[in-house]
Amino acid sequence: MNLDVNQKLDIEEILKDLENYRPRRKGWTWRKKVEGPTQVGPFVYKQISQPLKNSIGLPASKYFGDIDPQPDCVITSEIASGRFEDDIRRMRMAAWHGADHIMVIRTAGQSHYDGLIEGTPEGIGGVPITRKQIRASRKALDMIEDEVGRPINLHSYVSGVAGPDIAVLFAEEGVNGAHQDPQYNILYRNVNMYRSFVDAAVAKKIMASADMLQIDGAHNANATAREAWKVMPELMVQHGINAMFSTKVGMKKENISLSTVPPTAPPAPCMALDLPYAVALRELFDEYKMRAQMNTKYMESCTREATVSHTLNLMISRLTSADIQSTITPDEGRNVPWHYNNIHAVNTAKQALIGLDAITDYVQLKEDGPLREKVRELKERAILFLEEIIATGGYFKAVEEGFFVDSGYYPERNGDGIVRKGDGGIGSGTIFLRDEDYFAPVCHHFGYNNIPKEYSTPCQAIDGCTLCKPEKIHYIDELDEEDNVNQRLEKKKEHRQKGLLTPEVEWYADGYVSMNIFLPTSARVAEYAAIEIAKKMGLTDVEAIHKQPIHPAEGTLVEVKGRLELAIDPQELKIPEEIPSLSEEEIREDIKKKPMKVVAATVGEDEHSVGMREIIDIKHGGIEKFGIQCHYLGTSVSVAKAVDAAIEIGADAILISTIITHGDIHRINMRRLHQLCKEKGIRDKIILVAGGTQVTNDIAVEEGMDAGFGRGTKGIHVASFLVKRRRELAK
Amino acid sequence: MERKDNYLQRREHLKDLTDQQLKERFWSLLDQITTPLVELAHTHTSPAVERSVLLRMGFSSLDCKVIVERCIEHGLIGKGAGHVVLKVAKMLGVDYLEAGQRLIEDESLWEQAKALFGGER
Repeated sequence: MNLDVNQKLDIEEILKDLENYRPRRKGWTWRKKVEGPTQVGPFVYKQISQPLKNSIGLPASKYFGDIDPQPDCVITSEIASGRFEDDIRRMRMAAWHGADHIMVIRTAGQSHYDGLIEGTPEGIGGVPITRKQIRASRKALDMIEDEVGRPINLHSYVSGVAGPDIAVLFAEEGVNGAHQDPQYNILYRNVNMYRSFVDAAVAKKIMASADMLQIDGAHNANATAREAWKVMPELMVQHGINAMFSTKVGMKKENISLSTVPPTAPPAPCMALDLPYAVALRELFDEYKMRAQMNTKYMESCTREATVSHTLNLMISRLTSADIQSTITPDEGRNVPWHYNNIHAVNTAKQALIGLDAITDYVQLKEDGPLREKVRELKERAILFLEEIIATGGYFKAVEEGFFVDSGYYPERNGDGIVRKGDGGIGSGTIFLRDEDYFAPVCHHFGYNNIPKEYSTPCQAIDGCTLCKPEKIHYIDELDEEDNVNQRLEKKKEHRQKGLLTPEVEWYADGYVSMNIFLPTSARVAEYAAIEIAKKMGLTDVEAIHKQPIHPAEGTLVEVKGRLELAIDPQELKIPEEIPSLSEEEIREDIKKKPMKVVAATVGEDEHSVGMREIIDIKHGGIEKFGIQCHYLGTSVSVAKAVDAAIEIGADAILISTIITHGDIHRINMRRLHQLCKEKGIRDKIILVAGGTQVTNDIAVEEGMDAGFGRGTKGIHVASFLVKRRRELAK
Repeated sequence: MERKDNYLQRREHLKDLTDQQLKERFWSLLDQITTPLVELAHTHTSPAVERSVLLRMGFSSLDCKVIVERCIEHGLIGKGAGHVVLKVAKMLGVDYLEAGQRLIEDESLWEQAKALFGGER
């Protein structure tokens, strides 16, 4: 099934025949780097990958011929709405902006679920990862990757007390990457430590069989530790334990990625702390991949602040290296990410990475001084940590002693680390010694396996396991009659079929909108006043999602969100028809046959000439490039002077540029131009055009102009109008 | 444990190592730390591990859960859940998926399963 660029994803179509859908490939895919300096539009790049077939460039790309160069590293978007049918639409949007790694966050509590979840129940803060959800997502991504022209990696979590079960599910369904780190289970999910490692080995071996990329969980220490920058030595220890354990159970080093986060954010002098850490990590782990995550620890509800911190994080990625650049949405500090914030985050990464293309050709990290000293010190501190683990009696003993996530800068200890006991945690007492005759008749099984001699492969005993014969996979559609995708779709069926429009940020037609409200009062008063304002505007479920004092008494910025219970029928909208421009050739041909002269001026008390220059100058693609002769009179020109000049040279048109003022001067200027031309007897022979950032065609025509042009107007729009209007006048 | 930062005293034995030697030491210590972890996983199994075996054999996740729980109850988990199902299938002369269903439905089959592995020990 192919996607039509102008059509929405058809969820029903994706759900159809899902029981027979098979992933078309397995394993992780990196971007195809373009080697050597490469010309894209007007520029040369050195760190880019192959372009997309369909994409949306950065907002400023329109100034550079609509180029959308793609950085060399994979870019992640984390999606967590709780409903997969809404997630997949967001995946498509993210892919169009350059995400090729879709990380699906799991619903709260899934890591303590002992087994697989089936069907499509709704999640909280993420989606229940199930076979149906994975299969539908992969099927949608298969279509989306065809649409954008680049493979997309699907990713989730192989953790909790069902790690091996989920690893099998992922390997069978072609999931391309996953987090897997037994230390994460132990420290942050309180899963029993022995169980975690026994499960992890089997899970990792299965992941390796499908060539999945593994990301570790060390970055969580940053988010958990009281002072995130002090856990840097420990982070290297955690990365090291998972990396070493993973290679020992059969993973390829190139499929193992560290999850690394710059630990600090401003007002900390973050580069001086984060950069040595990034360098130390890349030197110790040079055989492994780096997934650069953005800092979340110090993220508050200000999306601007988060974006700046993340841009500094991206600077580190470019000064060192990143194989995968993860993105955190700028609104993560205030709500479950919204559609467009995923796109903002992806664009922050794309914008900074492309902006910093080839930066190391121009600046270089110093080989002496504090950088090298700090790198060395971090490595030594990490080694001392490892030595003490051994001296204490090994990893499990160290966990029992609270070695991990202590807020002291190792070897400093504050005694506030996470303590877990060998006989404690979820799943304690659930590992069993494999007997001498233990047998698992399946492929890619880690550990002791007494395969009877008559079989050359373990799964010969069952005539093929699901990893060899996918047709053996047992597919369950739904278990819960109420909590499933079909019921959810049914509720909004009419709305969807009629194509009605309701605002949304997470779920189809959820009705959420947000507003910025500035109030000239203190923060607390402003918050409650803003909520009241939003309620009076008709919003329900109103919440303040950000408040920022601008001055203790003079004012506060509040951002509120709320629901709007309405639907717009686009059929009933009166949308002015878009007037197509003539082609460049046609305009040029017309002007060649019959030359055209125009007088242009910025009228009134206005010194701005930029807008008018954009419209007329040949170097900005203005009307001069079509051969139209322009007589530019300058700024602060009187209307009378413009009319006189037009008469004197026998101009075909007068172009005036005007700003919008409180006193409606723009309207007065237009009216005077029209009247003066009438008085002088030229109005029926001359074309009058007004332009300006806030001018609209309606205003201009009301005031006697032939046309008005606003923000975003290009020379071709004006040239096209002039040619068409001249033809009309000639009739 | 609480301790002041004594990095400068502790690093004495590291300070003369080259960067390369430091890196080698880092990885060799990790090798030592992870060896017993790998050994533990090599010799042990768990409910999730056994469910993953049954899943790979083509059982539904719901069935995997029940079969593994019964294997634990009847002290057969150390044999491997898939192994138990296979032996019972052979005994009954039925397909192993069918044998799995019978083990879920018929509690008395488990005594026979235990006998197949040499009974109570």
